[in-house]
Amino acid sequence: MNVLTLQDWVPVGTLPDIPRQGARCVRWGQTTIAIFRTACDRVFALEDRSPSAKGGPLSPGIVHDVYVTEPLHNWVISLETGEAQGADEGQVRCFPVKLDGETILLGLR
Amino acid sequence: MTRQKLVVVGNGMAPGRMLEHLFEMNADAYDVTIFNAEPRVNYNRLMLSPVLSGEKTYEDIITHGDGWYAEHGVTLHKGAKVTGIDRAAKTVTSETGITVSYDKLVIATGSSPFIIPLPGKDLDGVLTYRDLDDVERMLEAAARGGRAIVIGGGLLGLEAAAGLKMQGMEVTVLHLMPTLMERQLDPSAGFLLEAEFKRRGIDVRTKANSHEILDDGTGKVAGIKLDDGTVIDASIVVMAVGIRPSAELARSVGIETNRGILVGDDMRTSDPDVFALGECVEHGGQCYGLVAPLYEMAKVIAENLLGGAAEYKGSVTATKLKVTGVDLYSAGDFAEAEDREEIVLRDASSGVYKRLVLKDNKIVGAVLYGETSDGPWFFDMLKKGTDIAPMRETLIFGQAYQGGEPLDPTAAVAALPDDAEICGCNGVCKGKITGAILEKGLTTLDEVRAHTKASASCGTCTGLVEQLMAVTLGASFNPNAVKPMCGCTHHSHDDVRRLIKAKELKSIPAVMQELEWTTSQGCAKCRPALNYYLVSDWPDEYADDYQSRFINERVHANIQKDGTYSVVPRMWGGMTSAAELRAIADVVDKFNIPSVKVTGGQRIDMLGIRKEDLPAVWADLGKAGFVSGHAYAKGLRTVKTCVGSDWCRFGTQDSTGLGIKLEKFLWGSWTPAKVKLAVSGCPRNCAEATCKDVGVICVDSGFEIHFAGAAGLDIKGTEVLGHVKTEEEALVYITALIQMYREQGHYLERIYKWARRIGYDEVRRQIMDDAEKRQAYFDRFVFSQKFAQVDPWSERVSGKDKHEFKPLATLPAEAAE
Ligand code: SRM
Ligand SMILES: Cc1cc2nc3c(=O)[nH]c(=O)nc-3n(C[C@H](O)[C@H](O)[C@H](O)COP(=O)(O)OP(=O)(O)OC[C@H]3O[C@@H](n4cnc5c(N)ncnc54)[C@H](O)[C@@H]3O)c2cc1C
Ligand code: SF4
Ligand code: FES
Repeated sequence: MNVLTLQDWVPVGTLPDIPRQGARCVRWGQTTIAIFRTACDRVFALEDRSPSAKGGPLSPGIVHDVYVTEPLHNWVISLETGEAQGADEGQVRCFPVKLDGETILLGLR
Repeated sequence: MTRQKLVVVGNGMAPGRMLEHLFEMNADAYDVTIFNAEPRVNYNRLMLSPVLSGEKTYEDIITHGDGWYAEHGVTLHKGAKVTGIDRAAKTVTSETGITVSYDKLVIATGSSPFIIPLPGKDLDGVLTYRDLDDVERMLEAAARGGRAIVIGGGLLGLEAAAGLKMQGMEVTVLHLMPTLMERQLDPSAGFLLEAEFKRRGIDVRTKANSHEILDDGTGKVAGIKLDDGTVIDASIVVMAVGIRPSAELARSVGIETNRGILVGDDMRTSDPDVFALGECVEHGGQCYGLVAPLYEMAKVIAENLLGGAAEYKGSVTATKLKVTGVDLYSAGDFAEAEDREEIVLRDASSGVYKRLVLKDNKIVGAVLYGETSDGPWFFDMLKKGTDIAPMRETLIFGQAYQGGEPLDPTAAVAALPDDAEICGCNGVCKGKITGAILEKGLTTLDEVRAHTKASASCGTCTGLVEQLMAVTLGASFNPNAVKPMCGCTHHSHDDVRRLIKAKELKSIPAVMQELEWTTSQGCAKCRPALNYYLVSDWPDEYADDYQSRFINERVHANIQKDGTYSVVPRMWGGMTSAAELRAIADVVDKFNIPSVKVTGGQRIDMLGIRKEDLPAVWADLGKAGFVSGHAYAKGLRTVKTCVGSDWCRFGTQDSTGLGIKLEKFLWGSWTPAKVKLAVSGCPRNCAEATCKDVGVICVDSGFEIHFAGAAGLDIKGTEVLGHVKTEEEALVYITALIQMYREQGHYLERIYKWARRIGYDEVRRQIMDDAEKRQAYFDRFVFSQKFAQVDPWSERVSGKDKHEFKPLATLPAEAAE
């Protein structure tokens, strides 16, 4: 069995696989992780679950600057911290992610 | 420290607020379990009336969704009524068989509607007005039409009556007393209220004593017989004659009760580990039926649960009726008595009536009808026992007239003391609101609601809150000023549309650069709007930016609340065939689609499809000849039709055929907001054409074109655009109208709002009277369709935007932990 040890950097795809100002998902067991690519080619990884009370995914949202506006309730979530902006309160889990050339490496533990 | 166990019986508004306070002060003190007899999460019960009248939906009024419970680690047992408490063992047990032990228990069972023991009270169709199920039953009845009888002309009865009327029912209100709302209003105000309800077509009968509810022979309500022998036919009877604290549970386990559950100032019952909260409580001889006192109790309990020594000292309440267009405020006690005086102001021409009841130069009661803005000011003096002697002469004219010069309403609000209550429901005073505005830099009403809760319950204080914002923010706040598109720009939608054309801006970055956007990449409000304006203005040149579209338009399906999607193929004009239905059935089987539904738009919706399956679903539908129904688009949705002259004995024209022609001509076009059409074969109007964005009523002499109807958040009959003789003309005129809207509408503005803004006559002038303009609009539409009329589903089946539908990677599950 493929057992992941402390902070494995796992290649999950390449930068061009994700549209600018878009996101794609990585399935990790029961968890879905959304990998976002901003207009300036930065990448972020957040659990694909809105911290709003009614839940729902983040990956289909609209990406602007380093934020995503979630599609079901229009909360704005920071891609850097996973925190809801404005008066909304909540935070979603963030994962370490980095680029090696064009390869996206996701830090899993 | 180990956590204590807190159990709450009842999940209404009061415990919701209590838990918010509790978690705010200490999130880790208790493991919380809640039992709720209702099978759902917590919602704003005050807002049931707007749900009934259709002004809001259930979703809009949820205050604590499933996520909230999950986030705070609260276990919520829905649909689990508590039937037993064992105070010795400290456990509670539900009807459904769940037993949970507690260290502290809060009983918050609310109250139940009182049912008059009339013969026939158990018939099918006798309803009460307390929870969402009641509203749903009323809405079902309203959908069938007929008459509703509301027994009880108090707050709830009148809100129910107004809502049922707005839902299209005939409504009769039966009230035992001589005037409406006699407990909150004096006879004069009650009379004005009655006149207003009658003006709305509601049949109000006072001094009406019900004798019996009549059976239609099958166990359903047929009507009511009054004591005087009068019979009124009706399909439902709503009893709204008062509430009773739900104290049985507490009583049955030996907790001291009277009318309600007895509590001391610390909100403890006769059992020190058991608190009671909300409408089930009796404190100092009083039971309350409004939220403001309950919120005060909630705060006291939260503190005492954490070892505090807070005390509840009773509340004075004020009442407001939430019926759109009726302004009514009452507070305190206004019965006549020897030692009381009154000041009355009547202005018959403007329907204003104000009465203050004084005792020893202090206000003890106030009734305001027609003009209520001074309500909070009077109420404030009532609560403080202010000596009004110095302003006695002008008191009734309100705060604006005190101290010489009349003030404008904003100045009046400015003059209020900091501790004046602005929002009665939530007990929010002026100082708290202005403080939050300044400290947190709030600029919109929504932000003020989010931070202070003011205006977040019944909403009647919204005007005051806005005035307060105007006072605090000065010129920078003007709710009526030209609104910028969003926080990223100072330009309005109109300016942006104009400048895109004038400066020939052809990409989103170009617009943002030239119009000096204040953010680097806009936001989720302006980007979709800009994308639409550019698509609409430069159909051949602009490269659609899919990342600036909402997910629905990006994946050409409707996202559902669980993240799955729904798929609605076009059924042209509502016509289908055995082959089409068979193809749908096969797709449903093949992809295990959980729900198939006939929509309100005469076609079929398949719901609950996984995103990954969408392309394969479309591929199969495409083979059967289906294209996307754009049920997700700000674009042409459906064209509803009736059977028309093909089959119907009344049909004057081929309404189905015209509907299909229109749909085939118009589909694929993007519009500012969705566009729905309907064509009816005769004025009987079976396709409901007169509440659509554009409708056609066929008549012997041709076609009557209608526009600017609404049947969603607002309900509005259409305006007539004009009459044409042939199908070809109908098609040209309608297309020109839609193009005019495409070029001028603000993003998300439906046709009816756009037309109201532009003026109906202006639309008629350009489309009906100006042949040149009409033709030019038509030609521009035809040109734009060359680029737009592409089936998005077949495009994606052939591989476009593949990335949207496939996960980037799938990794093995976490190592065993
Ligand atoms: C499926 C359907 C209900 C049904 O089961 O019958 C439906 C479903 C939705 N409606 Fe509707 N509406 C449906 C007919 C209607 C109708 C009736 C009609 O078209 O004759 C209305 C009233 C007329 C009107 O359009 O105003 C209607 C007024 C709304 C509104 C209020 C719009 C307004 O401006 O007042 C919304 C909210 C919005 O658009 O912002 C809405 C929004 C929605 C959304 C898209 C909610 C959302 O944003 O996710 C729902 C999508 C569910 C899905 O995935 O399919 N739906 N909706 C109907 C689809 C018709 C179709 O075949 O395309
Ligand atoms: C249509 C309507 C309009 C209103 N408008 C206004 C207004 O404008 N302003 C205002 O101030 N107030 C208004 N009210 C009154 C206000 O809604 C109530 O005062 C408030 O909701 C009471 O809160 P509560 O938590 O005490 O009880 P509730 O909100 O009634 O909650 C009690 C809950 O406990 C559940 N329950 C009962 N027994 C059990 C049991 N044994 N086990 C488990 N669960 C149980 C019930 O199902 C219910 O869900 C309105 C009420 C209605 C119905
Ligand atoms: S609208 Fe007229 S023509 Fe069409 S089905 Fe109804 S009655 Fe017949
Ligand atoms: S008074 Fe009801 S929300 Fe403010």
